[in-house]
Amino acid sequence: MKMNSVLSNIDKDKAIDQNEVKLRTDTVSLYYGSFQALRNISLEIPERAITAIIGPSGCGKSSFIRLFNRMNDLITGARVEGGVELDDIPIYDRTIDVVELRKRVGMVFQKPNPFPMSIFENVAFGPRRHGRPNLGELEDIVERSLSQAALWDEVKDKIGQSALSLSGGQQQRLCIARVLAVEPEVILMDEPCSALDPVATLKIEDLMRNLAENYTIVIVTHNMQQAARASDMSAFFMMEEDRAGVLVEYGLTSELFTNPKDKRTEDYITGRFG
Amino acid sequence: MKARAISTRQLSQRAAFSLIIVATIIVVIPVLVIVLQIILNGASAISWDFLTQAPSQAGKAGGILPAIVGTFYLMLGTIVFALPLGVMAGIYLTEYARDNWLTRLINLAILNLAGVPSIVYGLFGLGIFVLLFHFGMSLLSASLTLACQALAMTVTTSREAILAVPREYKEGSLAVGATRWQTIRHLVLPQALPGIITGAVLAMSRAAGETAPILVVGAAFLLPGLPQSPFEQFMALPYHLYTVSAHVPGMPKSTVWGVALVLLVVVLSFNVLATIIRLRTRQRRLNA
Repeated sequence: MKMNSVLSNIDKDKAIDQNEVKLRTDTVSLYYGSFQALRNISLEIPERAITAIIGPSGCGKSSFIRLFNRMNDLITGARVEGGVELDDIPIYDRTIDVVELRKRVGMVFQKPNPFPMSIFENVAFGPRRHGRPNLGELEDIVERSLSQAALWDEVKDKIGQSALSLSGGQQQRLCIARVLAVEPEVILMDEPCSALDPVATLKIEDLMRNLAENYTIVIVTHNMQQAARASDMSAFFMMEEDRAGVLVEYGLTSELFTNPKDKRTEDYITGRFG
Repeated sequence: MKARAISTRQLSQRAAFSLIIVATIIVVIPVLVIVLQIILNGASAISWDFLTQAPSQAGKAGGILPAIVGTFYLMLGTIVFALPLGVMAGIYLTEYARDNWLTRLINLAILNLAGVPSIVYGLFGLGIFVLLFHFGMSLLSASLTLACQALAMTVTTSREAILAVPREYKEGSLAVGATRWQTIRHLVLPQALPGIITGAVLAMSRAAGETAPILVVGAAFLLPGLPQSPFEQFMALPYHLYTVSAHVPGMPKSTVWGVALVLLVVVLSFNVLATIIRLRTRQRRLNA
């Protein structure tokens, strides 16, 4: 049994090595005013796989994934140096339409943030903003997105009820469905399970595994086991003396967790600090 | 020794408590006395004719319909100008403005807008709307004047209501590729609406009670009928009350109290309306 899962992991890893690069950062630094949050980060994130960003609190993990949908733009004084690419296209180029970018690169947040409207309207929110779909089209989109998010069976009879009546885990899957409804290519997840109980957490992880067949997923997590069980690639971030985040090690999850190359990675994953 | 120290402390605690309670009761007394006095003295003047007839004999007979209608026109005119401007300014200040000298200047101006004496607004309106823009002594000039005064409130309440919308909602909306404006239009404003409306209703009730500003921009003491256009003069309850109570010899006392009662009912009912909207919103948030 154990052997099997190890073997299947190795098969999977081989496949991921051949995946195209979906997201790339090239010596990226991020500043908030005079404070440097990230320093010289270069990594390539494969498509249709789950890449976990791990590391101690405050090392810039969230700031890092917010580079990819330019969510840091909302913060006054935020400044990016270096290259960030989606499908080899620099997304900080002046010609890039940020709204279009965010449609392709969706995001799920730490705290489930369903809008105070019905379940249906939550999922329909994105599609409604991007065009004028008729009700029939919207119904199809909503059903498909909720099914993809493994929530349809639980809510199909109360689709008109307030989204706030759902449990925390259901709310988070609803937020995933809301992102899926605009048919993104990348889904960024910023500690999506930190507010959830273990059962709800496992459901989200299952869901992520299924979604990874079609989507590129980048997840920030505090939970080592979660990164180890659910991700294909792992990047370990740390803070330097000046509190700027740096990339310590990046590679296949199976290797990073069993055979870390950097002493600091080993200390962290074995729980010696952090 | 120890027991005595405690009892002194308890004694001073009780004394402080009593003082605070007495002070609080004193706060309530004037309100109660005013309301009671107006109801007791004014109720006898209230009749169907009083509410639906035009005044005659310099207000000594007949009714006060033109003043009631004039006051409602004023409230309407005020909010028509003050609400859109206030909401737009609120949106700009919360969602678009950067923290720079211009924004700080605007915020300072809004703060001061609330502190300007109302007669100064009247003179401002006289200079700008009546004379410069040639709107004349009219309902329009008075509405615009009161709108300037109401702006402080509509901007502030709009801004507070928009700020109260959780950041998570905005992020969630932007993260599915909604534009900033779509986020405001479809998520932020619907959420902020009850707060905005509460502020608008309060601004209207305040406009209903203003006397000094309208005095110089178009309020008339006696008009035979209702204003037929925004460019005509108008009657208003507070100004009518001022005139009948001080400037008409032989005015029946009950008429004066009756006008005061009608004005009070108009203003208080709008305040109650604002409170109901606020309570219902809070209830809905709790249930959600």
